[in-house]
Amino acid sequence: MIRSELIQKIADENPHLYQRDVERIVNTIFEEIIDAMSRGDRVELRGFGAFSVKKRDARTGRNPRTGESVEVEEKHVPFFKTGKLLRDRLNGH
Amino acid sequence: MANKTLTRMDLSEAVFREVGLSRNESADLVESVLKHMSDALVNGEQVKISSFGTFSVRDKAARIGRNPKTGEEVPINPRRVLTFRPSHLMKDRVAAGNKS
Repeated sequence: MIRSELIQKIADENPHLYQRDVERIVNTIFEEIIDAMSRGDRVELRGFGAFSVKKRDARTGRNPRTGESVEVEEKHVPFFKTGKLLRDRLNGH
Repeated sequence: MANKTLTRMDLSEAVFREVGLSRNESADLVESVLKHMSDALVNGEQVKISSFGTFSVRDKAARIGRNPKTGEEVPINPRRVLTFRPSHLMKDRVAAGNKS
């Protein structure tokens, strides 16, 4: 399923809404999650999962092609943990 | 950093501000977005949201695990797990926003 198919499903269920508004609604949800993580916040959606930010320490990396070592700065990466309900549903419980 | 935890309520509040719907309807819409995504994943489908990320379901084989405390061997049944791969845009924005 891709973004446009998700939008279509929501639009089909809500015939009273303009397609354009459904797009804005769906986009707002994803945008809000990215915004939160950009501020270092967590987004916890019970039953679905939680988005959080993890810190990766600075390290000395290596260019796999040349073997040359490079300093990699500390950085923050997005992380998702599946919620219990969804995990159980994936396994047919 | 990691100062706040947002919930469904904050997402529906954002929808409420963005579109002229009631708070109730905004909350229902957030719920149905999550429901459609979950249903697709439970059906084994991949959910690919451009400029956000991709959720995919992977099959894990059965293996023998070990209770780290007692050293006892326990069988782990085959199971399906969900993985999320953030888009480049998400990675870049999260990295930029949390730069010290």
